[in-house]
Amino acid sequence: MRRTALFELHREAGARFVEFGGWEMPVQYRGVLAEHAAVRERAGLFDVSHMGEIEVEGPGALALCQDVATNDASRIEPGHALYTPWCDERGGTIDDTILYRLAPERWMFCVNASNAATCAAWIAERARGREGVRVRDASDATGLLALQGPAAAEVAARLGAGDLAGLPRFGVAETRVAGVSCIAARTGYTGEDGFELFAPVEDSPRLWRAILEAGAPLGIEPIGLGARDTLRLEAALPLYGHELSREISPLEAGLGWAVRLDKGPFRGRDALAAQKASGPPRRLVGLRLVDPGIARADHPVTAGDEVVGVVTSGTKSPTLGHAIALALVRREAVDAALAVDVRGRRLRAERVPLPFYRRT
Amino acid sequence: MEFPEELRYTRDHEWIAVDGDVATVGITDHAQHELGDVVFVELPAVGEKLERAESLGVVESTKAVSDVFAPISGEVAEVNDGLPGSPELINEDPYGDGWMVKIKLAGPLDSAGLMTAAEYRAYLEESPGS
Repeated sequence: MRRTALFELHREAGARFVEFGGWEMPVQYRGVLAEHAAVRERAGLFDVSHMGEIEVEGPGALALCQDVATNDASRIEPGHALYTPWCDERGGTIDDTILYRLAPERWMFCVNASNAATCAAWIAERARGREGVRVRDASDATGLLALQGPAAAEVAARLGAGDLAGLPRFGVAETRVAGVSCIAARTGYTGEDGFELFAPVEDSPRLWRAILEAGAPLGIEPIGLGARDTLRLEAALPLYGHELSREISPLEAGLGWAVRLDKGPFRGRDALAAQKASGPPRRLVGLRLVDPGIARADHPVTAGDEVVGVVTSGTKSPTLGHAIALALVRREAVDAALAVDVRGRRLRAERVPLPFYRRT
Repeated sequence: MEFPEELRYTRDHEWIAVDGDVATVGITDHAQHELGDVVFVELPAVGEKLERAESLGVVESTKAVSDVFAPISGEVAEVNDGLPGSPELINEDPYGDGWMVKIKLAGPLDSAGLMTAAEYRAYLEESPGS
């Protein structure tokens, strides 16, 4: 199993570890509920260095980005980022990524750890024979820290990185934070304000320590993957392997806004256009359990005696205090009276709007 | 980690305290620590008959689901009504306010499979990953 440059610091901080995407990652430090609350109320720091970074450069970079992305890369100016799935020819999802435009001809995809190798191979294949574009897998050289929570901007200010507060949502800039050169972006995976800091892997422990020190008076703490999952689920952000996969299209996952059929040709466009025309066969819905219990991934969703779908993610929402779930449900059943089969017990569920949680 | 001397322990990480013909059952400090924050508890109905090693309930943390097994056979005499509303009691006080059920023994206590605190501690040390 691979370890990030911060592994020893996590161990010293009392972290418990879990395997994720081939990496040994901290799942919790103080406890999932306490960490979840810290991010909602104050600030938290995540080591997400396991994620991959793929740089695309040159006069042909935009065309290559457009080819692999379902979203329209031409819509962003330098200094901005956008969320985009990648699809295969069948419209299945290869990965969901953030695309950062660092300069007119310099782009970077941030990809999921479990898909990093697949994405690197996929884009290298798509780049073959193209003129004027270089692709580099920078994953091994790059550490990634996520500073998230309502106090994130103040933590950045205390680090002397006051310019971060001027970044708009999904803005990105090359800057220095605590003396470390970073690519800093106002993005995240928690539903809160915050920043993601890409730094040279050898500098990432120094950056980690500096942020925790500067944020200590504001109650910052390190956050593991356990709370990362409950935070992103409350914000209804998809997790690859759950809400998205080769068998689930972005249209089914409710990501039609990130599929721009009108932007010109791209991988998966024909299949996605056909699916859009006929209506996606399944839809991702938000559920709240009415009966006591917790729905978990892979539990069947029923309408009457018929199985009409499956839970993709579920937990007891720490912020809301009740059980929430995302479920992929057959289109014709989304308005039926639904239930979730939890180990043989049929628990009534009600459809609720997404996201489950939105910061005020 | 704490394992009171007066309790007996199972391989599935339940504890049992016997007083006359009634046994109180919960999960051990080790079990709650491994699970992490408990957010949901499912308990049996009072009057339900339990066979030893049968599931008597479920404890769920933010990530994991764990069955709790009856260490002995008997009838459910009482359940901890405080747990559904405050499942965190299992983390905070696993041997006290976090107790789960009281079981009226079906016959004389069969202590097969029950360990003393020292035996349980040794069992934890030799189990990988615990």
